[in-house]
Amino acid sequence: MQSRSHRFKENAREAIADPHIQAAMAKMKVGFTGKRLAAAARLPEFEALRDAARDIKNHSLANLDFYLERYEEKVTECGGQVHWAPTAEDARKAILDICQRVGAKTVTKGKSMISEEIALNEHLENAGIAAVETDLGEYIIQLRKEPPSHIIAPAVHVSKEQVEADFRAQHQHLPADRSLSEPTDLVNEARQILRQRYLDADVGITGANFLIAETGTSIIVTNEGNGDLTQSLPKVHIVIASIEKVVPNLEDASTILRVLARSATGQEFSAYTTLSTGPRRAEDPDGPEEYHVILLDNGRSSMLGSEFQEMLRCIRCGACMNHCPVYHAVGGHSYGWVYPGPMGAVLTPNLIGVEEAGHLPNASTFCGRCESVCPVRIPLPKMMRHWREREFEKHLTPTSFRSGLGIWAFLARRPALYRRLTGLGIRALGALGRRRGRFRSLPLAGGWTKYRDLPAPQGKTFQQLWAEKQKNGGSSK
Amino acid sequence: MTSAREQILGAVKTSLKRNGPTESTPEMLAERLSDPKPGLIPERAQLPHPAQVDLMESMLIELSATVQRVTNVDQVPDAVVDYLKARNLPQEIRLAPSRELLELPWEGQSLLKTSSGPAREPDQVSVTGAFAGVAETGTLMLHSGADSPTTLNFLPENHVVVLRSSQVVGAYEEGWARLRRAFGNGTMPRTLNMISGPSRTGDIEQKIELGAHGPRRLHVIIVEDGDASA
Amino acid sequence: MPKPEPKVGLFVTCLVDLFRPSVGFAAVKLMEAAGCRVEVPELQTCCGQPAYNSGDRADTRAIALQVIDAFQSFDYVVAPSGSCAAMLKSHYPELFDKEPDLRAKAEELSSRTFELVSFLTDIMQVSGVEAAFPEKVTYHDSCSGLRELGVRDQPRKLLSSVNELSLVELPDADICCGFGGTFCVKYPDISNTMVSSKTESIENTGAGTLLAGDLGCLMNMAGKLQRSGSDIEVRHVAEVLADMTDTPAIGVADGDVQSRGN
Ligand code: SF4
Repeated sequence: MQSRSHRFKENAREAIADPHIQAAMAKMKVGFTGKRLAAAARLPEFEALRDAARDIKNHSLANLDFYLERYEEKVTECGGQVHWAPTAEDARKAILDICQRVGAKTVTKGKSMISEEIALNEHLENAGIAAVETDLGEYIIQLRKEPPSHIIAPAVHVSKEQVEADFRAQHQHLPADRSLSEPTDLVNEARQILRQRYLDADVGITGANFLIAETGTSIIVTNEGNGDLTQSLPKVHIVIASIEKVVPNLEDASTILRVLARSATGQEFSAYTTLSTGPRRAEDPDGPEEYHVILLDNGRSSMLGSEFQEMLRCIRCGACMNHCPVYHAVGGHSYGWVYPGPMGAVLTPNLIGVEEAGHLPNASTFCGRCESVCPVRIPLPKMMRHWREREFEKHLTPTSFRSGLGIWAFLARRPALYRRLTGLGIRALGALGRRRGRFRSLPLAGGWTKYRDLPAPQGKTFQQLWAEKQKNGGSSK
Repeated sequence: MTSAREQILGAVKTSLKRNGPTESTPEMLAERLSDPKPGLIPERAQLPHPAQVDLMESMLIELSATVQRVTNVDQVPDAVVDYLKARNLPQEIRLAPSRELLELPWEGQSLLKTSSGPAREPDQVSVTGAFAGVAETGTLMLHSGADSPTTLNFLPENHVVVLRSSQVVGAYEEGWARLRRAFGNGTMPRTLNMISGPSRTGDIEQKIELGAHGPRRLHVIIVEDGDASA
Repeated sequence: MPKPEPKVGLFVTCLVDLFRPSVGFAAVKLMEAAGCRVEVPELQTCCGQPAYNSGDRADTRAIALQVIDAFQSFDYVVAPSGSCAAMLKSHYPELFDKEPDLRAKAEELSSRTFELVSFLTDIMQVSGVEAAFPEKVTYHDSCSGLRELGVRDQPRKLLSSVNELSLVELPDADICCGFGGTFCVKYPDISNTMVSSKTESIENTGAGTLLAGDLGCLMNMAGKLQRSGSDIEVRHVAEVLADMTDTPAIGVADGDVQSRGN
């Protein structure tokens, strides 16, 4: 997908002015957070499970080569095939090759962020293969020709009125008098349309939440059951997963699953957790005849061993964006590429370059709410700061800001000079603001005073007053 | 030319080396795969068996499933017919082709039409067994196989599951242990479905709607047959 | 138990030093009342966050070393700000990851550093203050203090001992006000959206005064309240606890006491 991350500021401004997005965000910021809190409160072991989940991911990453090799061995043993894809291009090619070999005309898809990352749909469509998203949210945004705005709720920015309009415009059979005003009607309509698509599809493509080295299994977690129809009806099942999804065994996956849904939607467990291992067996009455796994690197191996390694723990639960006040203000599309919110602010520059996505790690107040809810305890603010450090080193920080910061830092490192100059400056500023107590505008403070008044200083610095007080003997004991 | 596989594994190895040696020996890693150990199991999952069955029931209800408990497996056909009547569903079911289900006294239900095999598109009600029920979250484990086609779990709008109380365990990990006993270490059936309630979506304005793509209703008939682990 | 009459170095913070010295004096008064000897080292400027959060590690380190030096001789280092205290306490050690000697020094400073209100309750075991404030107030939890230092119950506990004060909880008190240091000038539109929803919640509480423990957040919220014509007064929590509320509230001119909102 073409990145719009570099115009983050403009994207954000547009989103802030968009009443649909603002209404959707107002709703989501209370919904998800309250449910997560309740689910966490109900499980006394929740915090300890977060630690355990973090440790499992750390262990898996530290031994990633071993587990990937064992995983591949197992998949092959079960009659499946692993395709290694160093780049997005390699992944697209591997998938298209399979589809073309089996003469696929229609492909159904379960929700997969990797598929968004490698822009798979466009690629298939260009080759004349219809790619149908089956997750309701993904289906909606596919109709709208939009990217997802959230990693687990891709259409969270869309209102039901907008969905109705999209369905009426694109579902040709729909009688005009059929009511579609309620979510129930819309869900039923989508169910009907997609049912036929599942039955017609030649290939089903899903993502994976986990890969299990012990058994060669891929796991998907869904609520709708779309992933299951996608993978059990067509004759070919393709799993696309990035390399960091592998964990050692089923027990490890269980521990992480205990924090995944609770963090994501506040459910105890998602409706469907499905483990798939190879193609159908000789005795199976249904299931796909072929099973392929595309293992995508696309920059992840170089995050290992770097200051961004911990980001590879991410299990894509979405809690960080559900709790992010910046995300709530600007919505997911503002981030301009596949991954929004705090996790996107760290991951996106790794995948498409900090030159393109430099705004993302900067647009954070470091309020730390993301880190406080991340089920695998990724220190997201710290890693955003690492990006800022890289930008600073590479001189990507805007010059005007850099020179202002430079002057400030120069003074901050020279306390005596700092005291003299700030003493003078504050006296002047204090005198200027004394009458009103605040400024409505002030040269060089436009970023502040555009939207808020600037409180005037009291007139002297604390250091001056303290020194005066010491001199007059009014000191501390 | 190096293969894509070597390219990725090589890059992973190079990156990890910068990280210093790992704390795990090859033997430890191999053991983690050949002899997996349970991690932290919530207390909720460690109840005595009868309490587990109760928890299974209450969790299922919380998940918008419905539950009926019977004391004898021969009561299952009656329970199924009652369920269909109560919901105004046609008296026609698609059974999983398992001996256990096929041998139930269906012939006593004169109005009920039964057939068995994988689900077909017009089937409205499926009746399947289960491999296990995990009490901690009311999660059913069903696996694919000759007598348990996966499509039965997803295509029909109504899914009725017959679960024996001896199949109820506390934690997922106990389910894995049973699975390894049934299939062998490191071996899995093609598909293992962990099902927690009927299909749902919150994708339209975060309002939860049941029956997004999979079953709109999930009904579980728990048959008392004691505690297999005891 | 703290040792008798511990020697405390006040880390004034640059914003208090420049914009609101009265907060510094309130801090001194509170700590003296709790039995501390308070000194203010001259060799302090700022904790270095503007540089740190802008990716300028070299300047941050230089500033950190300066602070470590300046506060060597104190039993405790206390700041009337969760954000600056967290900088000293949590982030200074991270700056010297690969230099064990310096890291040890930073960790030693860290172990002695506290945010003002939690220092009073947790270290000096203060359970109440001598103060009166006949107002309905609400309280915003600034992010760093809350999430990095666990400051949440301490200010509420001390506020409950202030005569005639009634506290109404602010819904979403734990959500960022949109200040974020340089963030508010680098991304003014986003910051404004955040502070607007914050001030809306504040106004909905019906409180006449807003309190918090960080001057940056306070200036942000005060500036927004005043720009939108609200007459809610904004003060640092230390001013109320120290019974030093005769100075005009933040952004209010001398002699121009705002009509109170309750
Ligand atoms: S960074 Fe953490 S909170 Fe965010 S999606 Fe990943 S796992 Fe979830």
